Amino acid sequence: MSAVPIPRIALAGNPNTGKTTLFNRLTGLSAKVGNYPGVTVERESGTLALARTGEVELSDVPGTYSLTARSAEEQIAISAICGLHPLERPDLVLLVVDATQLTRNLYLALQVIETDVPVVIALNMWDMLAGAGVEIDAAALARELGVPVVPISAQSGQGIDELRNALDRALAEPATARPGPRWVPSSRELRADIDAVSAALPKEWGVEETQRRDALALWALLSLDEGDELPQVPQSLRDVVLARRRAALAAGRELDSEIIRGRYEWIDARAPRFLRQLPSAKKSITDRVDRLLLHPVLGFAVFLLAMGLVFESLFSWADPAIGGIESAVGWFKELVLALLPQGLVAEFVGDALIEGVGSVIVFLPQILLLFLFIGVMEDSGYMARVAFLMDRLMKAIGLHGRAFVPMMSGFACAVPAILATRTMERQRDRMLTMMVVPLMTCSARLPVYSLLIAALFPPSEVLGFVPVQGLLMVAMYVFSTLIALAAAAVLGRTVLKGKSVPLLLEMPPYRMPDWKSVGASVWRKCRVFLTEAGTVILGCTVVMWALLSFPRDTQTQAEFDARIERVESEQAEGPARDELVAALRNEGAARALEHSFGGRIGKAVEPAIEPLGFDWKIGIGLLGAFAAREVFVSTMGVVYGMGGEVDEETVGLRSRIQQESRSDGRPVYTPLVGLALMVFFAIACQCMSTLAVVKRETQGWRWPTFLFVYTGALAWLLAFAVYQGGMALGLG
Amino acid sequence: MTSLDLLQPGARARLVSIGGERAFRCRLMELGLLPGTAVRLVRKADLGGVLELEVRGCRLTVRHGEARALEVVPFEG
Repeated sequence: MSAVPIPRIALAGNPNTGKTTLFNRLTGLSAKVGNYPGVTVERESGTLALARTGEVELSDVPGTYSLTARSAEEQIAISAICGLHPLERPDLVLLVVDATQLTRNLYLALQVIETDVPVVIALNMWDMLAGAGVEIDAAALARELGVPVVPISAQSGQGIDELRNALDRALAEPATARPGPRWVPSSRELRADIDAVSAALPKEWGVEETQRRDALALWALLSLDEGDELPQVPQSLRDVVLARRRAALAAGRELDSEIIRGRYEWIDARAPRFLRQLPSAKKSITDRVDRLLLHPVLGFAVFLLAMGLVFESLFSWADPAIGGIESAVGWFKELVLALLPQGLVAEFVGDALIEGVGSVIVFLPQILLLFLFIGVMEDSGYMARVAFLMDRLMKAIGLHGRAFVPMMSGFACAVPAILATRTMERQRDRMLTMMVVPLMTCSARLPVYSLLIAALFPPSEVLGFVPVQGLLMVAMYVFSTLIALAAAAVLGRTVLKGKSVPLLLEMPPYRMPDWKSVGASVWRKCRVFLTEAGTVILGCTVVMWALLSFPRDTQTQAEFDARIERVESEQAEGPARDELVAALRNEGAARALEHSFGGRIGKAVEPAIEPLGFDWKIGIGLLGAFAAREVFVSTMGVVYGMGGEVDEETVGLRSRIQQESRSDGRPVYTPLVGLALMVFFAIACQCMSTLAVVKRETQGWRWPTFLFVYTGALAWLLAFAVYQGGMALGLG
Repeated sequence: MTSLDLLQPGARARLVSIGGERAFRCRLMELGLLPGTAVRLVRKADLGGVLELEVRGCRLTVRHGEARALEVVPFEG
C-alpha cells in the first residue's frame, strides 16, 4: 500500500442498467466483497488501472432510482455519493445510464450532479437503441448535463476504452466534470424551504459548499418524515423538515411534487435536444415473450418448469460433484494419514482438519449451480417476473415474492439458500427468509428419516395400496413446509414486524445474460463463502472433533488394544479373526465416545430430552448431527459399537436400533420415539454450517443465536407433544 | 375519471392524481409517474394480484390495492 490513498470512484445507477456487467468488465476478477457498515448490504469493490491516474478503486453502490431514502439500506446511495460518515467521499461518480430509458434515468443523474461531485456518465445499452426505437445525440446530452457522456455497451465492450479515458481525464481535471446543479428551484417559497433546512443540516455532513448544502437539503426534504427509518439523521433536522412540509401544505403547496416535478420538467423541456423517438409500430420481443411468461396459466406452468429445473439441478446435477469431492477428500486423508505416525496428530489432521475443509468445499457445487441460475434469472430479467407471479401468494404469509427461490432451494440445502436471500433488497425481507429457510426439509435430513422409517415402520400399506414408509416421507416434507410457512407468518408479525411496502418493481426488458459477468459474480460468491463462512465451519468441525475425542480414557483403550493384540497373536489369520478384531475396535470406539465430552454432554442433557422419549445415546447423536445432519447416522453407528462406516442402508444398524433397550428392558425405539425424533430433526436448526452462513450474512451472532434458540425450543415442544400425546393415547 | 385498476389491459390513460401513503406517492413520482403523465395498462396478473404499467417507455408493476389510489382519465379510442 502506498502512503497516498488511491482515487476512489463510486459506481452508481438505476437497477437493471447493466451496472454489474460494467463493474465486472472494468475490474475483472480483482473485485472483493465487503460490507457497507451498519447494514447487511454487500459492497463490491475492485481496482482498475488508468493511463494517467494509475490505479483507482471502483466500488459499487446499490442500484437505485433516486437518492431519496427511507431506510438504512436506501441511505447507502446518498452516503456513498456524498461521503457521509462513515463512508469516504469519492473522487468521482461513474453513473451508468440506460440509454433505452433515458428520461427516467436522468432523474437520478440530476440528483447526483446536484451534489457537486465530479460525474462521468456511461450511456449503456448503446447498441440496443435502434431496437428500442430511440435516437440519442450523446454530445448534445453532454452539453445539457455539463458532464462527460460516453456511449458504451458493457456487454459487448464497445466504448469501454473511451470510458476509461474519460474517467482518467475527469480525475485529472475534476472541474470539467462538476458543472453545478442543472435544475435550480425557481420559486421563492421553495428557496426559503431549502435555506431553512440547510441551516439545520449537521456540520459533519460537510456543508460549507453552497451546492452540496442545497443538495443535501433537497434530499432531506424528500427523505425525512415521521416514519422514516434513517439512522444518523438528527431529530432536530427532521423536525425542521416536518415543520416546513406542514406549513407548505397549509399554504396549498406539496413540497414533494414541487421538487420531483421540477426535475422532470427540466428533463422533459430539454429532451427534444438530445432524444428522438422513432416511430416504431412493431411489438418488442419482450412483449411477445411476456405474453407467454406472464400468462395466467402458461406463464405459471413455465415458472414451475423453470423452478423444477433449478430444484432438479441442486439435487441430481450437484450429486456427482459432491460425491467426487467427498471421495477426493477421503483419498487425500488416507494419503496424509499414511505419511503421519499413528496418534493424536494424525487424528487431528485427518478427522478435524481435512474432514473440516471437506465439509466446507462440499457445499460449492450447490452454491455454484444456484448462483448460476440466479445470475441468469437476474440478468435476463426473469427474476422480476417471478416476483410478479408470486407476489400475492408470498405476501399472504408475509414474505417477499423473491423469497420463493431461496425457500425452494432450502429443500436441497439451507446454506446456498441463505446466500440466495441477497436477491431481496430489504433487510427485513432477507432476515425473515433466512429465519425460515432452515425449516425446509434439506437433503441432509433424508438419511436420518430413511434410517428411522426403515428401522421402525415395517413396510405395509394403508388403504390397501399406499405404502406407509413412502407416506411418512411425504408427510415429513409437508409438515416441515407448513411449519416454515407458519413460522414466516408468525415471525413476520412479531419479531420481524415491518411495514408492508408498496410493490413498485420495474419489469426490465429481456436481455441475453452476460456469461462472463455471471461467472465473475458466481466466483465472488464462492470465494466469500470459502473465506468467511468456511472458516467458521472449519472452526466448528475442529471443536466438534475435540468434543467427541477428548478426554481420552487411556486405561480402557489400552485394555482394548491388548485384547486386539491377543486375538491377533492367538488366532489364525482369516475372516473370523478380522471380524473379531473389528468388533473389538468398534466396541472400543463406543467406549471412547461414551467417555468423551460429547458422551458426557449426551448424558447431561438426558433429563432434558427424556420427556421426548430420547436417551443419552440419542443425545450424542443429536450433538454429532450438529456437524451435518446426516452425521447422526454414523454417530449412532459408533455409539452402538458398529463403527462409523455405516449408512442408512446398513441392515445391522437398523436391527441394532430395533433391539436397543432401556435398563428396564423396554425398547428405546418405538415408532412413537422415531416420529418424535423425526419431528425434532425437521425443526431444530442443529446445523453449524447454516448458523455459520447466517452469521456471515447478518454480520453478527445475534440472528444465528435467535435461529438456533427458536427452532430448538419449537422442536422440543413439538417432539414433546408428539411423544407425550402419543403416550397418552396409548401408542407408546 | 376512474381508477387505474379498473382499466382494461392495453388501455391508455392520463394520470390525474396519486393517493396513498406519502412514501408510495414519492416513489411513483420519482419513477416518472407524475400527474399529467400518460400511462398504459399492459396486463393484470390475476394470480399475483399485480398490474403492469408502461410509463415513459418503462414497465412498472403495482399491486391492485395501490393502483386503486391512482386516478386516471382514459384516452378515447
